[in-house]
Amino acid sequence: MRALLLRDLRLAIRAGGGFGLALAFFLIVVVLVPLSVGPNSDRLAIIAPGMLWLGALLANLLSLDRMFALDWEDGSLDLLATSPMPLEAVALIKALAHWITTALPLILAAPAFALMLNLPGAGYTGLLISLLLGTPALSVIGSFGAALTVGLKRGGLLLSLLVLPLYVPTLIFGAEMTRRAAETQEYLTPMLMLAGITCGTIALLPFASAAVLRANLR
Amino acid sequence: MVLQVTDLSLARGGVRLIEGLSFELASGQAMLVRGPNGIGKTTLLRTLAGLQPPLTGQIDAEEDSLAYAGHLDGVKPTLTVAENLRFWAAVFGGGDLETALRDFALTPLRDRPAGQLSAGQKRRLGLARLKVTGRKTWLLDEPTVSLDAEARALFEAAVKAHLAQGGAVLAATHIDLSFGAADTLDLTPYRATSPIAGAFDEALL
Amino acid sequence: MSRSSLWEYANPRTFVETTDKVLPPIAWAAALCLVVGLIWGFFFTPDDFRQGSTVKIIYLHVPSAMMAINAWLMMLVASIIWVVRRHHVSALAARAAAPVGIVMTLITLFTGAIWGQPMWGTWWAWDPRLTSFLILFLFYLGYAALWAAIENDETAADLTAMLCLVGSVFALLSRYAVNFWNQGLHQGASLSLDKEENVADVFYVPLLVCIAGFVLLFIALVLLRTRTEIRARRVAALIARERRA
Repeated sequence: MRALLLRDLRLAIRAGGGFGLALAFFLIVVVLVPLSVGPNSDRLAIIAPGMLWLGALLANLLSLDRMFALDWEDGSLDLLATSPMPLEAVALIKALAHWITTALPLILAAPAFALMLNLPGAGYTGLLISLLLGTPALSVIGSFGAALTVGLKRGGLLLSLLVLPLYVPTLIFGAEMTRRAAETQEYLTPMLMLAGITCGTIALLPFASAAVLRANLR
Repeated sequence: MVLQVTDLSLARGGVRLIEGLSFELASGQAMLVRGPNGIGKTTLLRTLAGLQPPLTGQIDAEEDSLAYAGHLDGVKPTLTVAENLRFWAAVFGGGDLETALRDFALTPLRDRPAGQLSAGQKRRLGLARLKVTGRKTWLLDEPTVSLDAEARALFEAAVKAHLAQGGAVLAATHIDLSFGAADTLDLTPYRATSPIAGAFDEALL
Repeated sequence: MSRSSLWEYANPRTFVETTDKVLPPIAWAAALCLVVGLIWGFFFTPDDFRQGSTVKIIYLHVPSAMMAINAWLMMLVASIIWVVRRHHVSALAARAAAPVGIVMTLITLFTGAIWGQPMWGTWWAWDPRLTSFLILFLFYLGYAALWAAIENDETAADLTAMLCLVGSVFALLSRYAVNFWNQGLHQGASLSLDKEENVADVFYVPLLVCIAGFVLLFIALVLLRTRTEIRARRVAALIARERRA
């Protein structure tokens, strides 16, 4: 299993711009937000939690359709399916690799982006914790969507349509937690819900993803 | 008996292809699967490998004893030859990297990124992967496509060595491969006729 | 002919034969209930003293909302049956139900907006119920789009069944998340179009008739569409068989 993780990370690095793509996209979103709603700092401060979460969400979508597609196209997925490694583990490792290459850079850069959107100082901890708790769910849900569309030629748009409704609970609780933190309110409830959703998806979705991969490989 | 197939029937895309297929493969035996295009050679190999379920029938083989090599090589272009093989060795928990490289004359190419290999070299790498799986029975789908005469000789030598060590090989191929005394399995007599009447969903199959 | 178990109807042939007989009466009953219920509800009930005559939209809104959810539940059950027993009829029934559910959801959203406009002064508000239905609409769209995108019928059935199962869990989660999301802004907002609070007895009976009409309409449409899907699959299978011979 570690071999698969290391290989995928190595492939992401060598693909050129592996880690940077999601960051660049997040930056673009952060630039476009004030351009579209005006530079008024107070208004930005109000919408910052939501916009930051939205940006993270959309940046997550970017590399999803390549998750299984590359292995599908060169026959590696067939071979992984016949290997001693269960497909559930493959799905989980792929999601982990996606999280490391896409979400982790976002989390590290989030304070800088929060600054640009004028997030109130109290909100920084809430933002970081919510991203840490919520983005793994986004990667695992994304792996399910990627497994569904793996055989499709232009599956990217369909993938977004399938995955974004599944992102709604995480988005709601993540953004709400950040917002409450920014307003120095108590944010335990959304945090627990967020953590609960993430734990649930990590524990259960790989089984669904594996079943879907098996159906696609037939 | 490393592989025993009883009364197997297969379908692809909802259409029944093969029915009533039974055969056995013994240790040290090589068998060539023949038949016209579209009869189901690839489907048979994929079913044996476990990638799709058969319609009916039984496949008996030791757990984790089958290694599958299909049309695609499973080779990552940005990884070197050695890195590709090392990955598969780690995944399958199998054999020795150096022997595999040597048997397919890939040792001088070991540090070259696989994307820079010729088609024949990539195929050799895909076949070398079979050796590092450490598995007994090889299921090969058109293994010698894009191999020149020299590479084909290497491949046949590797297969003979594998058979001598007690392995078995089942290969679907159009070409006459010389693995020594190889048996032939012709799929034409097992071609499926119309579905059996009275089957539950027969109207939709 | 007696049937020994419910599963007999999963045989395509039996299904078509049975629905040959059953569909016309259901369709007529649906038409009757709808006509009676809607005319009664719209024209023969008094205006509500608070909301005027726009409250009459509940005769469309409530049944369509119920059916939007029930259609998804039916798809969920059919998907589970497919995953467990692999009866093609249930996979095709789920596929057949999806567009009906989509239309029901759209009716719910539109009539919800029409109802809300006089009350809230706006054609759209992010009320938790409407928002949940909007999200349900997105789930429906994804499901239908996946069916359309996959060529192989059996793979499509497998994939959409998994999507329906996973989607159902998340749809439920979204419902709670949306309630939490809305309450976080307006504590105890009374913007909900809660049918239990607002419906007095005199409205109730025609509402029941409309609900019955919608249920029968849904059943009739799904049976009809499933029969069409079965026929389409039969034709495809026959063509494939010819091509191979």
